[in-house]
Amino acid sequence: MSDATTTPPAETTTETAATPLRVEGLEKRFGGIVAVDDASFDVKAGTVTGLIGPNGAGKSTTFNCITGALTPTDGEVYFQGEKITGMRPEQIANRGLVRTFQIARALSEMTVLENLMLAPKAQQGEKLWRSVVPGARQGVVDQETELRERVWETLEFFEIDHLAYEKAENLSGGQQKLLEMSRAMMTEPEMLLLDEPMAGVNPTLEDKLLDRIHSLREDGYTFLLVEHDMDVIMEECERVIVMHQGSILADGNPDEIRDNEQVIEAYLGEDI
Amino acid sequence: MTASEATQPGLRDRFIGWIEQSDRRIVLATVAFVYGVFAILVILEQGLGLGTVNSIFGAWRTITFLFAAYALLTLALNLHWGYTGMFNIGVAGFMAVGVYTMGLLSTSPDALSGQGLGLPLPIGILGGMIAAALVGLVAAIPALRVSADYLAIVTLGLSEIIRLSAGSRTLSNWTTNTFGAGTGGGSGMDLPDRPTDFIFNSSIGESIADVFTVDVPRIDMLLFEFGNREVTLISSSILSDFVWTFVMLLVLAGVYWMVRRIGYSPFGRVLKAIREDELVAQSLGKDTRRFKIKVFMLGCALMGLAGILWQGSQGFANPNSYRPVVTFYAFIALIIGGSGSNTGSVVGSILFVGLLFEGPRQVGAIISARLNLADAPGTFDGAVAPLAQLDVTPFLAYAVDNIAPLQFVLLGVVLIIIIQKRPDGVLGDRTETAAAIDLHKEETNE
Repeated sequence: MSDATTTPPAETTTETAATPLRVEGLEKRFGGIVAVDDASFDVKAGTVTGLIGPNGAGKSTTFNCITGALTPTDGEVYFQGEKITGMRPEQIANRGLVRTFQIARALSEMTVLENLMLAPKAQQGEKLWRSVVPGARQGVVDQETELRERVWETLEFFEIDHLAYEKAENLSGGQQKLLEMSRAMMTEPEMLLLDEPMAGVNPTLEDKLLDRIHSLREDGYTFLLVEHDMDVIMEECERVIVMHQGSILADGNPDEIRDNEQVIEAYLGEDI
Repeated sequence: MTASEATQPGLRDRFIGWIEQSDRRIVLATVAFVYGVFAILVILEQGLGLGTVNSIFGAWRTITFLFAAYALLTLALNLHWGYTGMFNIGVAGFMAVGVYTMGLLSTSPDALSGQGLGLPLPIGILGGMIAAALVGLVAAIPALRVSADYLAIVTLGLSEIIRLSAGSRTLSNWTTNTFGAGTGGGSGMDLPDRPTDFIFNSSIGESIADVFTVDVPRIDMLLFEFGNREVTLISSSILSDFVWTFVMLLVLAGVYWMVRRIGYSPFGRVLKAIREDELVAQSLGKDTRRFKIKVFMLGCALMGLAGILWQGSQGFANPNSYRPVVTFYAFIALIIGGSGSNTGSVVGSILFVGLLFEGPRQVGAIISARLNLADAPGTFDGAVAPLAQLDVTPFLAYAVDNIAPLQFVLLGVVLIIIIQKRPDGVLGDRTETAAAIDLHKEETNE
């Protein structure tokens, strides 16, 4: 992963570098329903931050508002000091804030290799004329050759290189999660938003995935993850944000969250 | 089982395997197959004779011409539907824009029906393609803001609006008076001659035609005279059509080359991703709207070009040639061949034109020529009732008389079978990896 790991988050001012993601007073309404209600939090650089909450707490909606899939009704989202509220998903992704989905969204009819080759930014061959005009194509071919190397490195890093030629639809749910994450890595992101990366993943794969998140964090990547598995959250996250009925209920380190009365109540006595 | 029977499948499989090795072989084998079928059909209709040669070439001319036309349309449609998943059911309309724009630009101002500006033909052709692309832009921009299904409604509606506008006498009169060019309304529009026609209007054409005329010895038994009889193996009108068809095939080869390059490129990769899941493509930083608009305009320009080479080569444009059924034919060809595969689009067009479009008509001609059918009954009752007395002739006559509607029944049946048995079409299940290079891991020398 030499290439991907040599790009730690860009340094701007110390303040924005320390907290790449800042959410202020985020609100999202669907008709009469308030899915996210005045949520404010931030994510520190180089950390794994967990976003938890009971079903319907507004976690995925928050994700969708941050990444541009939904436009928030009110509030602001800042990424590396820049206001990204209301930007289109591709604009946000191109700024280095890349997400995965709760239910793995592999591009099913495409092979694993194609899935990964798709992801890198600034591909010359994405210009129509460059892909067609004979003279201009050489540059495209050169870039593709470079990318191919990175793709294979990434596949090996996530240990799915044996599936490279398979159509994505033939992968198991867990393998698709790995595919999604490796695809997200190919964009060389500054920060990753993972929506339930462990859901439907078998224990062996889960360990593998956690392993990857660990070593990527060591390399300076920042993670925000929505997760239901409390063990994962408590073990892996430096910081946990709890949402309940659209609002932020608690925000602190795992130990604080474990002892928080309100959180226990929100989960109705569920063992945290 | 004898030894020869045991080795037969091996040979056959090996032959099929050899053909499947290259796309060119697949296409040529399909063409050869359809040509063979038609040669047999024509011989069945007319019997063997020197005159049959002309008829066989006539049949080949028709299917090759239609194949080239549909293959161009289907390749363009494959860009929209097969690659990007954009449901364009206004193909006929974009063809019409191409043809009529070409006419308005290049038809002579003194034409009898429908007047143009009389500009050189290349300007007309280019103008037609640009106009089709711009109309595509107009259709795509509002449709891209809403969900994908609306594109289907917008394009179908637009295609009918175009056809009806082209047939409007009022509009034509107004544009003729204002700009000096009009479509001629319902009475159609004269179009420039095919640029290849000059060959057969000159002495070169005569000498080419001579090559295909042979002298056959003839003996007149009554007068005991020996002499020669001139027999035209291939008439010059068929030859002249073949020259034009050849031009179309050249353009087809060029378009195929281009869309194939698009397919095997990062651009094509994004198109496929949009088809699979647009939100994923966006979440990876792809501005999907730009890709969709670009590919939609390109596809529409190609549809305009297909229209110009096909309908525009008949010397006359008529609004009724652009009914939505043309769009559905292109979809059928694409589904047969395999949506998402460029080679599949070409193969599907050959099979559609040969076996579903022209084939039934040819079979109908054989039945009426061979069975000496009486007049067809006027009603379905009249056709079916004699079946009770085991008299099938009225039923056959009725069927032959109604071959066009029966064709629709056949198309429906074929579509149902394909969707049930082979939803990916002939070649749709192939993996055509969208990348400019071979993605296999480079073996390092260790």
